[in-house]
Amino acid sequence: MNFGRVLTEATPLLLEGIKLTIGVSLIAIAIGIVIGLIMCLMKMSSSKILSAIAGIYIWVIRGTPMLVQAFIVFFGFPQLIQLFAPSFRLDAFTAGIITLSLNAGAYLAEIFRGGILAVPKGQSEAARSLGLSKSKTMLKVVLPQAFKFSIPSLVNQFIISIKDTSILSVIGLAEIVNKAKTYVGKSYEFFSTYIFVAVYYLVIISILMIISNYIEKKLKYEGKK
Amino acid sequence: MASDNKKVKIKVTNLHKYFDKNEVLTGIDAEITEGEVVCVIGPSGSGKSTFLRCLNKLEKATSGDIVIDGYDITDKKVDINKVRENIGMVFQQFNLFPNMTVKKNIMMAPVELKKMTKPEAEQKAISLLERVGLSDKADSFPGELSGGQQQRVAIARALAMNPDIMLFDEPTSALDPEMVGEVLDVMKELAAEGMTMVVVTHEMGFAREVADRVLFMADGVIMEEGSPEELFGNPQNERTRDFLKKVL
Repeated sequence: MNFGRVLTEATPLLLEGIKLTIGVSLIAIAIGIVIGLIMCLMKMSSSKILSAIAGIYIWVIRGTPMLVQAFIVFFGFPQLIQLFAPSFRLDAFTAGIITLSLNAGAYLAEIFRGGILAVPKGQSEAARSLGLSKSKTMLKVVLPQAFKFSIPSLVNQFIISIKDTSILSVIGLAEIVNKAKTYVGKSYEFFSTYIFVAVYYLVIISILMIISNYIEKKLKYEGKK
Repeated sequence: MASDNKKVKIKVTNLHKYFDKNEVLTGIDAEITEGEVVCVIGPSGSGKSTFLRCLNKLEKATSGDIVIDGYDITDKKVDINKVRENIGMVFQQFNLFPNMTVKKNIMMAPVELKKMTKPEAEQKAISLLERVGLSDKADSFPGELSGGQQQRVAIARALAMNPDIMLFDEPTSALDPEMVGEVLDVMKELAAEGMTMVVVTHEMGFAREVADRVLFMADGVIMEEGSPEELFGNPQNERTRDFLKKVL
């Protein structure tokens, strides 16, 4: 167990991995927000078909492990698509982002739904009574408030997504855990390497938690300000 | 006081409203003419708020007709959003948008519905705030205002669309007693200016002083109606007498 050696040797590798981890999570959460918003509105819509589609999506994603989802996206779907387009290839990066976005989208859909339900009914009644249509009311009055209510849970989902990125090491995504595995394979420094990995995660996530607390506090004041 | 040559603004015929199997309105007929101030009083659970909310379709009538300015809003083909532009509503809980400043609250609908340009709406907001005595609060957020101030902003917001009918759903019931007066004063002014108003209220003093006509509701119907002098001075219905004895 040579912490000093691991620190100097593994840090460049791990930093590379961290960049990818953060990059993939950021892209995935951004796509996830869009998916989540669409699925949330579909689930809450009066159309039974749209609502059922969103319901099934959320049910499937939440009811299966992300590891399995990653395998299906990375190994499963290409095989299926290759039946029709034999040259089709999917790289780990794309597959990872697809998996993580689909996953975050399902949880975010529920988070946004909770946010929308937390907006008092009187708000949309006031907007409707002024003559705003249903969709304008949603867009201009309900969603801005719902989004605000959702921010703490949204940051929490971001934290989860960052940690879940490690699962994507199994499909060969060169994120931090994957990089660590490679290094451990050469150096056999299991303990110190993985401790470093854990510390890196802790640092990133602690920074996010501080930001999240700051936002939460700020939002609390804004209502009174 | 409604003279016969005045235009009928609201005509309600045989209005029924069910919530599930519970019949809340059991056949209401009413006619309200231009410039008339009608106060609706009655015990809680009598259906007065439901009746009021049917008038701008916040509640859908189960059966019956509601004609506003010639548009039957129970008809699905009538664009309710257009009709609502001419009906302002003030709620018990104010329902101001907490994430917008007072000025933005007032400007939102006219701008979104393209009734006014932004500068026009801003001008309108400023003059309305002056009218309700809150010029200095234009850039405040609702959360910084007292209940009475919030309700006056809510009235200003409803007036921003230049409606010719105003609905008030117990506008002073959520207020501390010392703030009731300031809101009623704004409403009195509005009545004096000739606004057509339907006011669900527990403020008997206001009804007596300002109303042209008072409707007494109980069990989902209008039990008795008349001028304030008639209804408060010489109630005919047993239920009306009973109710007035309790509240006056």
